[in-house]
Amino acid sequence: MICLDLFLGFLKVGCFAYGGAYGAIPLIRDVVLSYGWLSDEMLSYMIAVSESTPGPIMVNLATYIGSDQAGLMGAIIATSAVVLPSFLVILLITISLKTLLKDRYIQAILHGLKPCVVGIVLATGIYMVVNNCLNVSNRVMDLKAMTITSILLCYMVVYKYIFKKKSSPIGLIVISAIMGIVIYGV
Amino acid sequence: MNILLELFLIFAKISLFTFGGGYAMIAMIEHNCVEKKKWITHDELMDITVIAESTPGPIAINCATYTGYKVGGLIGSISSTLGIVLPSFIVIYLISMFLDNFLEFTIISNAFKGIKIGGGILILSASITMIRKMKKGIMSRVIMICSCISMLCINILALDFSSISLMLIAGVISLVVYILQIEMVKVGVTK
Repeated sequence: MICLDLFLGFLKVGCFAYGGAYGAIPLIRDVVLSYGWLSDEMLSYMIAVSESTPGPIMVNLATYIGSDQAGLMGAIIATSAVVLPSFLVILLITISLKTLLKDRYIQAILHGLKPCVVGIVLATGIYMVVNNCLNVSNRVMDLKAMTITSILLCYMVVYKYIFKKKSSPIGLIVISAIMGIVIYGV
Repeated sequence: MNILLELFLIFAKISLFTFGGGYAMIAMIEHNCVEKKKWITHDELMDITVIAESTPGPIAINCATYTGYKVGGLIGSISSTLGIVLPSFIVIYLISMFLDNFLEFTIISNAFKGIKIGGGILILSASITMIRKMKKGIMSRVIMICSCISMLCINILALDFSSISLMLIAGVISLVVYILQIEMVKVGVTK
């Protein structure tokens, strides 16, 4: 029966989690704690692990809790349940997208939505960079993080200047991991 | 190369190197699917980001499904979505089996501290590209700046106000402005 619970619980997360993983965390908390799958402390730890491992945070959490509760089968069931709703919704939207997007009222709405999303992404980027360096909530400056940030920014600018194209995101991630090991290690 | 295999591999690569959620993935998708493979255009990536934000589920899954469907139909969308899910599934499954105190290794946690910083910079650079590709116009700029400032306030003050509500407001404003414009034109014509 645990498999059915896993499926239903994560189906709920997949259906109602709007606006990316951070918006979804309260909902995930609610579901996970109400089924008693993880303790509050373990959940915070797992959110940290999910943020640090590659891939969508929701998928990572579903896989972990699924395998923790019911092994490989549980992991597969929980992961499919969290993925399925958005897969189906997007499929339907994509199929009807061409006619839908031509409607002039939809166009008018999108005309306002697009710059709004750009603003949200910009704000998220600024907040993350600043928060990593200054740690807004604790008001402590992190000199090591500031060093890494400046080196990475220099790398991007220099790369663009020399090769006349943008540096690859994978390269940037690999470099930032190495810098983390070196600079936080000393 | 077989297009289905290619879809799977590209999205597996994107998934494997994306840390810290959906917005960081937009930078990766832009680099791989728009600039390298030219599967979708900047405009389409923008559309799909808006749709992904306003539909449930992880943004990454939404983007993968859309791109896969566009390039290879239903089977294409299945292979790209599998590509996004499988690497993180395997990584987490292994972690849950073998490493109970995964983040307690100093080297790993230091590497992740670095990656966290890199992730923030990636999101910042994705947003700068989006601003460059955005349609020019006073209303777009004003909405962009207002939403950016409000989102910053929400983040800093830890307000309980989701980005969805911001988007809702922007959409309604834009629709009202459009309808007003039509009305003004009508009035102008009858005069």
